[in-house]
Amino acid sequence: MRDSLFGLVLGRLASSLITLLLVSLVIFAITSLLPGDTAQQVLGQFATPEQVEALRAQLGLDQPPLLRYWQWLSGFATGDLGRSASNGVDVIQLVNDRLPNSLLLAGITTVISVPLALIMGIAAAMRRGGALDRALNLITLSMVAVPEFLVATLAVLIFAVQLGWLPALSYVSTVDSLGAFMKVYAMPVLTLCSVLIAQMARMTRAALIDQLDSAYVEMARLKGVPPMRRVLRHALPNAVGPIANAVALSLSYLLGGVIIVETIFNYPGIASLMVDAVSNRDLALVQACAMIFCGAYLLLVMLADLCAILSNPRLRNR
Amino acid sequence: MQGESLTVRDLDIRATPPGEDERTIVSQINFALKPGEVMALIGESGSGKTTIALAMMGYARRGCRIAGGSVQLGETDILSLSAVDTRALRGHRVTYIAQSAAAAFNPSRRLMDQVIEGALIHGFLDRQQAQQKAIQLFGELALPDPEHIGNRYPHQVSGGQLQRLMAAMALITDPALVILDEPTTALDVTTQVDVLRAFKRVMRERGTTALYVSHDLAVVAQIADHVLVLQAGEEQEQGPIAQILEQPNHAYTRSLLAAARPEIRSSSPVSSSTGDELLRIDDLQVGYGHCNRRGEPENIVLDHIQLRIDRGQALGVIGESGSGKSTLARAVAGLVAPSRGEVQFNSRELSPTLRGRTADQFRRIQIVFQSADNALNPAHSVRRLLNRPLETYFQMSREARKRRVEELMDLVKLPRTLLDRKPSELSGGQKQRVNLARALAAEPDLILCDEVTSALDTVVGAAILELLAELRRELGVAYLFISHDISTVRSLCDDVMVLYQGECVEFGPCSTVLNQPQHDYTRKLIGSVPELKPGWLEACQWSTHTQPSTAPA
Repeated sequence: MRDSLFGLVLGRLASSLITLLLVSLVIFAITSLLPGDTAQQVLGQFATPEQVEALRAQLGLDQPPLLRYWQWLSGFATGDLGRSASNGVDVIQLVNDRLPNSLLLAGITTVISVPLALIMGIAAAMRRGGALDRALNLITLSMVAVPEFLVATLAVLIFAVQLGWLPALSYVSTVDSLGAFMKVYAMPVLTLCSVLIAQMARMTRAALIDQLDSAYVEMARLKGVPPMRRVLRHALPNAVGPIANAVALSLSYLLGGVIIVETIFNYPGIASLMVDAVSNRDLALVQACAMIFCGAYLLLVMLADLCAILSNPRLRNR
Repeated sequence: MQGESLTVRDLDIRATPPGEDERTIVSQINFALKPGEVMALIGESGSGKTTIALAMMGYARRGCRIAGGSVQLGETDILSLSAVDTRALRGHRVTYIAQSAAAAFNPSRRLMDQVIEGALIHGFLDRQQAQQKAIQLFGELALPDPEHIGNRYPHQVSGGQLQRLMAAMALITDPALVILDEPTTALDVTTQVDVLRAFKRVMRERGTTALYVSHDLAVVAQIADHVLVLQAGEEQEQGPIAQILEQPNHAYTRSLLAAARPEIRSSSPVSSSTGDELLRIDDLQVGYGHCNRRGEPENIVLDHIQLRIDRGQALGVIGESGSGKSTLARAVAGLVAPSRGEVQFNSRELSPTLRGRTADQFRRIQIVFQSADNALNPAHSVRRLLNRPLETYFQMSREARKRRVEELMDLVKLPRTLLDRKPSELSGGQKQRVNLARALAAEPDLILCDEVTSALDTVVGAAILELLAELRRELGVAYLFISHDISTVRSLCDDVMVLYQGECVEFGPCSTVLNQPQHDYTRKLIGSVPELKPGWLEACQWSTHTQPSTAPA
């Protein structure tokens, strides 16, 4: 069984890598098709054609696309992400500055939102149709419905402007104590959580209710198994698959999709780096960011799949 | 713990269907059992059998409530217990054996953990003792490898074994009362005999009081002391088993008895066969998995199948689950491609897959599935369901289609007023008739019937069989009739084919094969069908342990 499990993980990993390779091709093709020319963009509209041509040669833009793809890909594999066209800094340097911030924000949000969402979903499923379920339903629905920029703006208005408790902008560099850390992160995390918790809680509730309606849970009930044990020991292990997938899909949003939150709170994350790169036609940077987002997404989906497989003896003991 | 007495007085149960007013589904049920007696609740689906049985545990399903009456087990008034006391009672003094063991076992937990869970949470035994007792029970219930079977997961054992494991789960706390809810309905007849025998012995030895829910009178006759006949939630008749079988007072009981004893026709049923060949199958092999060098798949489901059906002829295919019956129908329908062999239809070779078949071939072969619930689109009205094949296969004017749909309703004996209903608004028997009408709409030569009466109550199923026989007489349609129930095959078919582990072990006219079976397996299959007389079970010589001697290699 151990061997088959190892093989399973290996197989998943291999298929993820192949997916990533295909994605890299798509990313490269799309960024090459982007309108505008990097050299033109860098030099401004008053540059002479000779200057543009010279810069193109220097950036390697005059070579055939397939060769450029190969060079880019092999560079990528060896950790050389290329050089930013707009300011000449190594892409890896730029990413290194921003990625830890993004990961930290994503990490804190995950640690807070996942348990909360699970508890809310489980509580709602156990009290289906009751007052608690309806209240949670109303709350999660309105959380999904309200756009995050509104949540963020309202949070700023209330906590920063009216009450003055928290800083409106998240200057990560000013963090020197735990108190300051919490102050800086409170509002971005709150905003992100409000979106994620709602999605995950609703999926958890749905997946769990599916199981709670099954014959084996009724059987557990007729064996005199108390409600909490029925949910945690009987129903939940069978709902792990769908819940893990819902959580993975929600969390994948935490790297690339947080641009609004990063903008409103002026948080130096990787999403805003990519948006800047797109407007600057900074192809190397766009490609690197896209690959990071895609890799993170594939990793999350793979973890979710593994959770689903490990929780199901039918798949596990194949 | 010995069995205790059970007294039920004036039990009323009410249900509130979504969006409707509350109504009574079980009313005025009274009965009393002495310690160690077995009471059978019998009736068709929807008659309230399970609802009453579950009330013995103080339990009502979602949307139902126990509105009145009392259930007295020994000294305990079950319905007046608090929630905590009720929980302490369930799985300890009163235990439950569910209809589908496959659904009632948690797929992600080991069998042993589930079997001993009740004993552990009620503090009846510690883990060590519970496991020992479970292993002892596994042995008594004739489960293979009692020491280790508990380490497996539910998907790793067979249906009959799961049902016995569930019995072990119910008996491990030495309960005073056991509720058995159709415990053998989902099993093959050959397995049913073993499971019934094991249940009966273990329960007799322990003197357990039991409530046995079933729709099958012949099974009930083997195990029950008393019978309570139910219809629409009300008692029709109650009495000792012998009295109910020999002198049924109520008309409904008599109709149940009649449906359980289908008359055996002396001659073969209406031979409308013309001797004109319709379907011929030569040396068919079907399997799944990777093919080896000789083109044989890894797992062979069917092998060496030869058969011939003439126009207007009915061929019955019997065998236990996993014998390849349905696969045969699927291969003829083109849903699975055979790995070897030839299927000829109307003297022309049938393409193994759907892709190569002509629209006319599609029209001429129709399939009717077991579960009309799943086969009919719940969002479509009956009219739309019946219109669909007419639009697909025939160029007809709107007016002609309308007439044809009404004709079809007449053909399957459904009132035209049902045309605008959705399947969910029809009864089980009506749905199966619509299912059949849809197949008839294509004016087929051959209908593949896959267990079309298995999901229906005996009385309703008998009416569908009657209809099938009549359609055959009137329309000259041929059937490939798949069933695990020998009596249905006997009453409808001319020829019969007995499948065992994917091979045909016996083939011939129904009267010959079923009256003078040559193969051991056929004999076992016929001998395992419970008869409507008490004591048959003890006299029955068949068991899973007596494997057919000439089993194919």
